[in-house]
Amino acid sequence: MYGKGLRALSIATAVVLTGATALIFFYAPLEADQGIIQKIFYVHVPLAIVALFGFVGGGILAIKQLRTRSREWDMRSYVAIHLSLVFAVGALITGSIWAKASWGHWWVWDEPVLVSFLIVFLLYCCYQPLRFSIEDPEKQARYASVFAIAAGAFVPINFMAVRLATAHIHPRVLSKTGGSLPGEMRLTFLVSLLGVGLLFLTLWKVELTAKNASMKLKKLRQRLEAGEAPATPLPEPAPEPVGTP
Amino acid sequence: MTFVLAVAGDKYVYAAYGVFLAIVLLYLAIMASKLARIEREVQELGDK
Amino acid sequence: MTFAAARAILRKDLAIELRTRQSVPAMALFSVTVFVLFHFGLDRNEIDGSLASGVLWVTLLLATVLAVSRLFAAEREDGALDGVLLAPIDRTAVYLAKASALFLYLVLLELIALPAFAILLLGPDLTQALPELLAIVALADIGLAGVGALVAGLAAETRLREVLVPLLLLPLLVPVLIASAKATKPLLMLNPAATDLGKWLGFMALYDMVFVLLAVAVFDFLLED
Repeated sequence: MYGKGLRALSIATAVVLTGATALIFFYAPLEADQGIIQKIFYVHVPLAIVALFGFVGGGILAIKQLRTRSREWDMRSYVAIHLSLVFAVGALITGSIWAKASWGHWWVWDEPVLVSFLIVFLLYCCYQPLRFSIEDPEKQARYASVFAIAAGAFVPINFMAVRLATAHIHPRVLSKTGGSLPGEMRLTFLVSLLGVGLLFLTLWKVELTAKNASMKLKKLRQRLEAGEAPATPLPEPAPEPVGTP
Repeated sequence: MTFVLAVAGDKYVYAAYGVFLAIVLLYLAIMASKLARIEREVQELGDK
Repeated sequence: MTFAAARAILRKDLAIELRTRQSVPAMALFSVTVFVLFHFGLDRNEIDGSLASGVLWVTLLLATVLAVSRLFAAEREDGALDGVLLAPIDRTAVYLAKASALFLYLVLLELIALPAFAILLLGPDLTQALPELLAIVALADIGLAGVGALVAGLAAETRLREVLVPLLLLPLLVPVLIASAKATKPLLMLNPAATDLGKWLGFMALYDMVFVLLAVAVFDFLLED
């Protein structure tokens, strides 16, 4: 049952996200160099961080899948990766808008977050094609998990490589997240990060609930079509692939 | 409270937050269509 | 036990390669063709510096794709993988054998592609840079072979094999490309500059270690049933 706790979670998400928006526009001070443009930071960086953790988390859930061989974990890993891909697209687009606003170009190669997200995005775009080109559901789950683990390890290594290759990083807020961010900006950033993180969790649970419901429904239908013989234990219906191509 | 939104370049800020909103809403639309399908199937199952 | 099995599979692969010659000559021919393409595409007779190291490494990466998509071809065509899997050997042996075979193919390829590159396109003299270049090539080959064999195993059983191999492999190899191209660039400049060779070699060693260990850990799961 994935629906449990979903209501409380979505209310918390709504509250934190609203609070974050209020903090961003009415509390956080204007940054000296970039002015209002710097406010893109509060949506771009949380999206990027959450997507990054989502990819790595998808890999960890995939380890669980390989350990337990349960379809539950496969479903969780699948939804986490697919949601992270959506967030990564958000990070790419907002990053590109930021680049345009700050430097007048839609793309800057010396921005490590943006560049590594493009590479990671290109890799994870193959996740679904890989999944759906394997028919057997059990094998599909195994192969998807192996991919998720390798790609999950790839994400931080790739980030490191791109970071090393970017000799000079533009002096700006992003490189200062380490703690030298002024207090108000730091608080605003942390609240935004929490909000986006909660949003990820909520959407993850929503999608899992929907998937679980439709799978249960399919089982019920099969049982009904089999002629409803409750006395005899029914043969387990063939598991069907997670997600629809 | 200062007039923070009046500085030049604010259209990019709107665009960035618009993208965020659009992605969430698009996701909601996809989930909504899935929910509608589940409802329809439950309906069909109930009619049998 | 594992290593004996791996050696046996490797010997078989090399014997097949020696007889049919389907991977290394194709890779070598492909590389020379790409050099010719770059000559006309860039409209340059001689290149150096970042352009030279980029052309060299992109070509080697693309040639790797050829070998990776053929890596499980013999097993697939005869259904021989089932035979290997029926044998009571560790699955890791299959990975080690395939990665070693790929590593040897890459070394053979470079024995042809590097001199060809030096003759056809490279401006500066390659021999001065040779010791450093060999270290870079060795570490890069381990990475290419380790990741290549894993991707070959992932894609071997899928319907979209031909498309998935390059699309999966090339993004995964981007860190190798970054490190090797950055490390090679100062070696191929007309006036050799200071290098930060150590940093890139260290990074590649880390990459190789992580992915080889990871592949050894997860490869078992690809070859079940």
